[in-house]
Amino acid sequence: MEALLEFEKPIAEIETMIEKLKRLSSEKKGDYGDQIAQLEQRSREQRQQIYENLTPWQILQIARLKERPILQDYISLICSDFAELHGDRCFSDDRALIGGFATIGEHRVMLIGHNKGKNVEENVERNFGQAKPDGYRKALRLMKLAEKYGLPVVTLVDTQGAYPGREGEERGQHEAIARNLVEMARLEVPIVSVVTGEGGSGGAIGIAVGDSVMMFQYAVYSVISAEGCAAILWRDGSKAPLAAEALKITAPELKKLGIIDEIIEEPFGGAHRDHSVAAANLQKALAGQIKSLSRLSSSKLINRRFEKFSRMGEFAKG
Amino acid sequence: MPWFIKTKSESPKAKREEIWIRCGRCRAHIFKEDYANNQKVCPKCHHHGRLAAYERIGLTLDSGTFKEINPGITPSDPLEFVDAKGGYAERVNQTRAKTGLNESVVTGTGKISGIPISIAVMDFRFLGGSLASGTGEKIMLAANYAYDHKLPFIIFSASGGARMHEGVLSLMQMAKTCAAIARLNERGLPYISVLTDPTTGGVSASFAMVGDINIAEPGALIAFAGRRVIEQTIKQKLPEDFQTAEYLLEHGFIDSIVHRKDLKQTLAQVLSYGTAGRK
Repeated sequence: MEALLEFEKPIAEIETMIEKLKRLSSEKKGDYGDQIAQLEQRSREQRQQIYENLTPWQILQIARLKERPILQDYISLICSDFAELHGDRCFSDDRALIGGFATIGEHRVMLIGHNKGKNVEENVERNFGQAKPDGYRKALRLMKLAEKYGLPVVTLVDTQGAYPGREGEERGQHEAIARNLVEMARLEVPIVSVVTGEGGSGGAIGIAVGDSVMMFQYAVYSVISAEGCAAILWRDGSKAPLAAEALKITAPELKKLGIIDEIIEEPFGGAHRDHSVAAANLQKALAGQIKSLSRLSSSKLINRRFEKFSRMGEFAKG
Repeated sequence: MPWFIKTKSESPKAKREEIWIRCGRCRAHIFKEDYANNQKVCPKCHHHGRLAAYERIGLTLDSGTFKEINPGITPSDPLEFVDAKGGYAERVNQTRAKTGLNESVVTGTGKISGIPISIAVMDFRFLGGSLASGTGEKIMLAANYAYDHKLPFIIFSASGGARMHEGVLSLMQMAKTCAAIARLNERGLPYISVLTDPTTGGVSASFAMVGDINIAEPGALIAFAGRRVIEQTIKQKLPEDFQTAEYLLEHGFIDSIVHRKDLKQTLAQVLSYGTAGRK
């Protein structure tokens, strides 16, 4: 096994030994069955030990892994049908944020999500999942279409953040995100949002004003990147692990703060270890939320959403 | 006292600083009194200096009409945040003592040329006018007051963006404030956003940019991502007037740039239309 992450190296070492012994066994150079079993046991324990004690910084590394399932994996694993709809009708078709009609189990929905790539070519085309205003405006167009057709909206969040560049400013990145926040607040159909990997600030919340907001176990959601926060408040980018800790970016911490409603479990060792298990867990969580939210009338839904976001925040009354 | 003996308090430099200030843009020396009388606008280059929230309220509302609501709301340090410079709670205490403010926004009701309104005014001196839980709560409550009493709502923004020390709770204030504004839209109540220097990050990407009317002060910095971030990470060359009020006007994101001396009158004019229609 190859160690994808620095902190997985001890496991990788054991697994390399296991592979060696297995090879020797198969070449009939001795019987190592007992040792192999022992080592496998140790590897399992080691992994459990590591994964039960992950720091926020380590979780952030998992959330960013390029081996982690991305939107296209989830589409192919949980959607029996997907019809992509292109363009914002204003300027372009942003490949960093895509959407379309999708069938998930028995549910027909509008699926919208950040579109990271698997390799350099894909990531260049998709701008590493960092959407421009065009992407956020397309997302809104699709949400309004879902409202017209009475379809629930499912958004999958996985972005470092909205694109911070000249074209973004020129075409109103701020306005596009802000408009989505206003419109999503009153959308007459259920909105279910899931942070599957990175939930980067305004770029994330721009599609995540959900009746239900869920997070994968090793996803992160943050107001600023740990590196950015460290550079500003510590004046030292290398203090990012400290910033990751201080910012409270992990699913359990955000559940405690009332930001998210549910944590979606990942397969042992992380979603990247088994895409199909991660996808099945996602599908189950989505189906549960869509089912229960679809029972609510539009006005109930909107009031409930307003109340939910009204409650967010902690302050003293002085 | 002999003329050649200088005492410290009467040194020319100290005296000069007492009565003179330097314009933040053209560096011209201006009489402090002239600057104050000119609503903190440089008489030479018309650079609009930053105003404290109560100064703004004094300039904008009819005299004696302002009634503050929820003045006590203040940060509670929900994350127990500590950075290189120490704890957030301590920073808040220092800032409160220094500014006399409890949060980065002052909210209340009042009148503009006789028209009753609900208003929120951000103050950059309070942790860079950053948007955090208390800020969002106060803005939402002011918007809700407008909703309940069928009043127009005005926000003066001045902010560096979301406050990092409250993590995602700060981020959520973007959705919370916009949800409150969305309700005003449904009730046909005017919401006017005035963008002052600076309006950036999470504030530009929420309530500041979605006014029925977006008005900006001349030269105000209005941005989503910081100029330095763009230059460093994307390595793009940027135009000189990038992210100024003038640049945003040119690109279609604000309705009007209004000199501070005309701002109250402009607000009254816009409000007179906003409250004139058939309901």
